Amino acid sequence: MTATPAVLRPHAEQAYAEELAALAKADDRPRPPGWKLSPWAVTQYVLGATLDDGTEITPKYVGARRIVEVAVATLATDRALLLLGVPGTAKTWLSEHLAAAIAGDSTLLVQGTAGTAEEAVRYGWNYARLLAEGPSEKALVPSPVMTAMAEGRLARVEELTRIPSDVQDALITILSEKTLPVPELGIEVQAQRGFNIIATANDRDRGVNDLSSALRRRFNTVVLPVPQTADDEVEIVTRRVAQLGRNLDLPEVPASLTEIRRVVTVFRELRNGITEDGRTKVKSPSGTLSTAEAISVITNGIALAAHFGDGVLRPTDVAAGISGAVVQDPVSDGVVWREYLETVVREREDWDDFYAACREASH
Amino acid sequence: MPALDTERVHVLGVRHHGPGSARAVRAELERLRPDAVLIEGPPEADALVGHVGGLEPPVALLAYDRFEPSRAAFWPFAVFSPEWQALRYAAEHGAEVRFCDLPAAHTLAARTEEEEETGEGEAPRVRVDPLGVLAEAAGYDDPERWWDDVVEQRRDGGPSPFPAIAEAMAAVRAELAPEPETGHEARREAHMRQVLRAALRAGHERIAVVCGAWHVPALLELPAATADARLLRGLPKTRVATTWIPWTHGRLAAASGYRAGVRSPGWYHHLFTTPDRPVERWLTETARRLRDRGHAVSSSHVIEAVRLCETLAALRGRPLAGLEETAEATSAVLCEGAELRARLVHDEMALGERLGAVPPDTPTVPLQRDLAAQQKRLRLKPGALDRDLVLDLRKDVDRERSVLLHRLGLLGVPWGAPRRGTVRSRGTFRETWALRWEPEYDLAVIEASRWGTTVAAATAARVRDRAADADLPALTALVEDCLLADLPDALTDTVAQLSRRAAEDADIQRLMRALPPLARSVRYGSVRRFDADALRGVAVEMLRRVCAGLTVAVTGLDEAAAVPVAADVDATHTAAVLLGGDAETGWLDALEALAPRSGVPGRLSGRAHRLLRDSGRLDADTLRLRLSQVASPGTPPERTAAWIEGFAADSGLLLVHDSALLDLIDQWLTGLSGRAFVDVLPLLRRTFGGFTAAERRSIAELVVRGGVDRDPAEQPVDTGRAAAAVAAAAAVLGLPAHT
Repeated sequence: MTATPAVLRPHAEQAYAEELAALAKADDRPRPPGWKLSPWAVTQYVLGATLDDGTEITPKYVGARRIVEVAVATLATDRALLLLGVPGTAKTWLSEHLAAAIAGDSTLLVQGTAGTAEEAVRYGWNYARLLAEGPSEKALVPSPVMTAMAEGRLARVEELTRIPSDVQDALITILSEKTLPVPELGIEVQAQRGFNIIATANDRDRGVNDLSSALRRRFNTVVLPVPQTADDEVEIVTRRVAQLGRNLDLPEVPASLTEIRRVVTVFRELRNGITEDGRTKVKSPSGTLSTAEAISVITNGIALAAHFGDGVLRPTDVAAGISGAVVQDPVSDGVVWREYLETVVREREDWDDFYAACREASH
Repeated sequence: MPALDTERVHVLGVRHHGPGSARAVRAELERLRPDAVLIEGPPEADALVGHVGGLEPPVALLAYDRFEPSRAAFWPFAVFSPEWQALRYAAEHGAEVRFCDLPAAHTLAARTEEEEETGEGEAPRVRVDPLGVLAEAAGYDDPERWWDDVVEQRRDGGPSPFPAIAEAMAAVRAELAPEPETGHEARREAHMRQVLRAALRAGHERIAVVCGAWHVPALLELPAATADARLLRGLPKTRVATTWIPWTHGRLAAASGYRAGVRSPGWYHHLFTTPDRPVERWLTETARRLRDRGHAVSSSHVIEAVRLCETLAALRGRPLAGLEETAEATSAVLCEGAELRARLVHDEMALGERLGAVPPDTPTVPLQRDLAAQQKRLRLKPGALDRDLVLDLRKDVDRERSVLLHRLGLLGVPWGAPRRGTVRSRGTFRETWALRWEPEYDLAVIEASRWGTTVAAATAARVRDRAADADLPALTALVEDCLLADLPDALTDTVAQLSRRAAEDADIQRLMRALPPLARSVRYGSVRRFDADALRGVAVEMLRRVCAGLTVAVTGLDEAAAVPVAADVDATHTAAVLLGGDAETGWLDALEALAPRSGVPGRLSGRAHRLLRDSGRLDADTLRLRLSQVASPGTPPERTAAWIEGFAADSGLLLVHDSALLDLIDQWLTGLSGRAFVDVLPLLRRTFGGFTAAERRSIAELVVRGGVDRDPAEQPVDTGRAAAAVAAAAAVLGLPAHT
């Protein structure tokens, strides 16, 4: 809205600057030290509302109110916040908007990877300066976390569990003592009021570095659920698939709502362990089966239909993709998938072609 | 209209279960020191007030129709019920207690009439939701929460809330129901006023009325008694008996269908019984329970959880953290995001299951009457001495006796113990029981009365409750119990539960064990004219699950572990044949896929070949080919021996008739090295030892002679076609799975 048009993706605080300003004006509740808005106003910003002066606050996160309330209350108690969830549950999205609303700045970001080094969490050195002038505060390169401490703002750590354990543990001192010593200079950076950390982590990913219990204890954990109703999820998938299709310049394939609904249904049923009519329980496979994966199955199917099929999304186009997404572990997931096909899909009316295609694909 | 003498009469409006109301009532009674207390409840129970001292809540007042005990009404009391506190106060201070609601004689009689007409009896509570209106006015979307915040969570020391409640209710009634009440509610209030008038006439100095908040305005004014008397004239009536029975928190919870129920009796009990700092104590208890389950929860977790609760309450504008805040803190802090674990421990605490107790001298409960009536009708007298009872199930009276004994067993009153070996045999007409009535069974019956007022209803409720958290084998056993105890409704629910549980269970062996009794029940159910389709559906579904997972489950198993599985496979095969149709075909397909796989233990592979052969799925040539593969030097001798044992177990006749098979075994055996022969000898001995002497002799003769007579006239029996008939005959006769 207010960002310059050349920027590909403006930050939350830029894109929603007007809403934040309107909320700040209307907000007369007490604000915790260092906060730009009161906790109440932050929840309003995230969940959407209409202010008394008529300003429309768009909802940023669609989901249960209590989740956002617990997250905001956590940050207000100066405990760190850990957002957990399978991929595609808007963890990063929520953390960006919380940082934008509370600190007015969502840019102090550490992206967690297997190669994240301690410098990214604590501080590094400008080696040219270090060699030329010796250790000095000018030669120090602060990490986003250090900056946030010094300025009393929010730091975000993405994919915390991907960071190697020893680097993760550098956060313990920061979170418990709220200080970051720099022994080389004999100084320390003490966190200003308003400092806090929002971390996100994926709880079903393989090969993650589990948090040590000492670190875990410093976080309050909020689990972001997958979309609650099938209609919500179909809606999200349809919209995302259309977007992706445009980005990838796929030939136009009439998006078949039937197939999308079918894929979403299969994903939801296997994920929740129960059929949508609530009558039959099914086993869950080891994969995550997130909304994001459903999107990729459909996108793949569309590519198949466009390039090799008759230009219409058919069960055969999604069957291979869906079997692949469900069966991550060939032995145990294979049983789950076959059992699901035989006990649920087979019985369903109008699913004959889908059943046949999936059987075909899984043999 | 003459207003009430407010010095003599005090009306305390409450919600029926709530710690705040209970506390406030207690405090108000201590202050007022009334010499008479009127309580909303059936007047027939006035005589039962003397028992209050010996009761341990939760208990319920039970009023039931003497002639038809299944028609009954309950008034449950927990320790945090205001009415209970009023009862206790009166008992401790010698005040007189009168129950002032409409007599149960009328409500129970009216209930049947209304059921026949419109079923309007339950409507008023729904039609008028006074709390909802007040809560809405206060900006709450959930009336329960509003009441919690304003009344229930108050601690001692606040001003009495009752004048404010009375005013608010007067306003709500003026708004919602400007017309005077009619029908059932009007009659109730008329009766309350009549009891109040009687108490005033009796000259009590100070009278306290404890009733639902809604009724307060109606009791603050006393119109002419004639109008009320007219309202109460000519009501239908029946003979009613009342008693106290033990109750549970589970049945107090709104989730159990009790209409004045509360969502979380455990939380209310906690709020009422803890002296101070309820949130801190609650979370400490949660942490303790989590630690008991082996989860590391430190004191600092608890500290942070309390802080989160307080911040959340502040964010939501509530005066004190409530149950929802503690639930969220439990999940976010104590369980570090493990929601399932959090919900488990939280739900357990919120319900806070506990069972009340009544002293043995309370009047008999309808369940006891119902039981006595049945005992009389079936001429089964309870006696303290052992007595054997042989029942012939073809006779109606004996069948009913059997059903009664089975039901009592399920209810936890093991009056009759089935003599060994008879309880599971559905095929025979004979059942033998050992009867002995122990004194504690009387108490057990009283305890069981919380499940229902007749033996049938109580048993059904008990079975449903047990089914809720039973595992798979226990559920199949319950299905059988339902059939034996003739509980068709409970059976339907148990079967539904079974279907869900079967889906969750990943253990194929457990599924295989659960299946045979179920398959037998399918047949038995159809004999008993129970609609067996649902049962059959579940059995077929379970069989399909077994088929889908069988190969994976047995691959890589060692031979020793395969022994019990082979027995399960046999039993499942019998079950599959009993089920017949598609289910049987699917099962044989699964066996066919399993049989030739090399990772499958030899015994199972052999067994699968045998079952396939007997079902006519495997022709003689293929079978010979397979045996020849198994008996060739590439296969370890142990595996071959195990294969043969699986294949030939329980009958050697096959080898007598098919000389090619015997030849193959013979060649393999003679070709073994000395050492290998010694290794497999015990196995072979066991295999051949299982045959009958005649079979062994025939085999020996054949080996000596070097082959069977190849007489074309001597066709072997087509065991494949006979198998279904034999299995069916075996099931009808109640013989073990295979013969």
